Amino acid sequence: MDNAQLLISGLANGCVYGLIALGFVLIYKATEAVNFAQGDFMMLGAFVTIGLTNTEYMGLPFWLALPISLGIMGALGYLLDRLIIRRMFGESQTAVVILTIALGFVIRFVAGLIWGHEPQTLQNPLAGKEVRFGGLVLGMEDVAVIVVTILLTWALYVFFSRTKLGLAMQGASQNQLAAYYMGVPVKRVQGFIWALAGVVAGIAGILFAAKGAVDPTTGLLGIKAFAAAVIGGFGSLPGALAGGLIVGIIEPFASRYIAAGYSQVAPYALLLAVLIFRPNGLFSQVRVKKV
Amino acid sequence: MRIIFKTNYMQDIRPWKDRHQLTLYLILPIVVAAAPWWLDDFYLGELTNVLIWAIAGLGLMVLTGHTGQVSLGHAAFLAFGCYANVVLIEAGVPFLIAFPLAGIMTGIAGVTVAIPALRLHGIYLAIFTMALSILMDDIIVLSEPITGGVSGKYIGGVEIFGHLVDRWGTPDQFFWLVLTVAVLVTLGYINLLRTPLGRSFIAARDSEVSAQAMGVDIARTKMISFALSCAVTGWAGALMGLFAGAFNNETFSVLISIQLLMMIVIGGLGSIHGAFLGAIVIGFLPQFLSISKEYVGALFGGNTVAIPGLEFGIFGMILIAFILFEPMGIYGRWLKIRTWFELFPFYRKDMFKRQKSYLKTERLR
Repeated sequence: MDNAQLLISGLANGCVYGLIALGFVLIYKATEAVNFAQGDFMMLGAFVTIGLTNTEYMGLPFWLALPISLGIMGALGYLLDRLIIRRMFGESQTAVVILTIALGFVIRFVAGLIWGHEPQTLQNPLAGKEVRFGGLVLGMEDVAVIVVTILLTWALYVFFSRTKLGLAMQGASQNQLAAYYMGVPVKRVQGFIWALAGVVAGIAGILFAAKGAVDPTTGLLGIKAFAAAVIGGFGSLPGALAGGLIVGIIEPFASRYIAAGYSQVAPYALLLAVLIFRPNGLFSQVRVKKV
Repeated sequence: MRIIFKTNYMQDIRPWKDRHQLTLYLILPIVVAAAPWWLDDFYLGELTNVLIWAIAGLGLMVLTGHTGQVSLGHAAFLAFGCYANVVLIEAGVPFLIAFPLAGIMTGIAGVTVAIPALRLHGIYLAIFTMALSILMDDIIVLSEPITGGVSGKYIGGVEIFGHLVDRWGTPDQFFWLVLTVAVLVTLGYINLLRTPLGRSFIAARDSEVSAQAMGVDIARTKMISFALSCAVTGWAGALMGLFAGAFNNETFSVLISIQLLMMIVIGGLGSIHGAFLGAIVIGFLPQFLSISKEYVGALFGGNTVAIPGLEFGIFGMILIAFILFEPMGIYGRWLKIRTWFELFPFYRKDMFKRQKSYLKTERLR
């Protein structure tokens, strides 16, 4: 029963990692760029919602604040692409990586300026409620996290593989020039995907802030989500979720069964192992390069 | 307008372009070496710090700037060099042997890392090295008998030929020590770029496929690049340890890695000058900020507010501005300005225009 409890809490954490990883993968799948600021985006989403909902700020009702903050996050994602990322069109991937790392610094700084550096939690209707399931006690937030994550991953997966826009996005990343020839508005598609990534980060942020406290450095969690995305193989949405779950589940078990001090190493050790033995992730899409 | 008229092949290969340039670069180290006479102890310490960062930048520049392998984990090698140096000294090895040895050991560590990392490209390598940098923190804590764990290690001065060189006691001598290392590393770097090895680094960066077609052994080239890069970074780490005096597992965090990478991007990727220019920005930014904060505070009624994270925030903004408007960094800007003067009426806007390419996926090739 103890293990089951660990498993559930690991699953809930893993879902948050998975959600951030989804943001990474979304942007990677559609623009071939890696957004190192995705974790900070999540933190920003959490703070925007806290700013709208919590009584010491604006005190809007939770269900009203939810769509507003997701809208704000989407708009921010779009603006980011419009004002900054779009100028990088045609530049090397590395430049974009460094750019987004810098962006993360700036977001952390701005969030600290606006909301301060104290950890804060989101006041939400789910807080404190519990679900009893057999002998297990689940926090309502944990259940919400798991359900929302699975639904979102499924929806995004269907979106990418079934809809015209989703296919256009895949095409735009696989070969920009060919996508242009086929009449795909590559730049507009990219703007849309950044907005979408903003919304996903917003959802992740809201769920995270409902589960625990956020402060401006929470964004560094993105590094763990990064490990999740890589373990899942960077180009695959279900892979990202699976990677997130693996990282999330390993953590509580490692801290339980491995000597203290070694446990926090586990996700990164796993990451290194995956990169060494399967350099393109567990759910890899890479084939041999042809010249 | 200056015309360089080449009359033999050596002119292409030798490290300086003409006598004018050679004179300048001979005067520069002499002026810098005289710094203890024209700077007070505080700014001398800052200058020492800048030089140490520049050495670390040179180390990363070999790998990222010239071989095109992005590393977000060089703080791990800084830490390795730092601890290796101090542990060797504590074991009774004289500094003049311990110091080079620390670099060589870091280089070997770099090769060990490079073997699995060779299969990784672009961002995957960046992530791999980043994970390494995060793990280094835990590794230092776990190997407490050697590294002192969380409580860290202390080192006072080091003895060179029976003479105590200490950052606080004899700042000028410590400065000369750092300067000597910096000059030696720079000279080595300049020479490296003239050798077939250096050229193959650049070839591997620009196109692995073409380099391979020209007979460059990519795996070997990358491995040597890793080794050299890590060795130099190890030396920088050793000097950083001596400069700080005390350090523990958190001194060389992953943020230092990121800062190091951003430094060489701001300075200008793929140029030796870039490492130094970037180090100057990194080294003097905190001073500049605190001075300007006082100034702004005085302007608005005298109270200075401490804004946490300001340094990194400003740093990020500078970096974004550079990547958007001057991807070649400070050195690139300087090149443009110099070319403008050299070709005076004939400079054209498109002279430094970079070829942009349409993106193709790396996943489904």
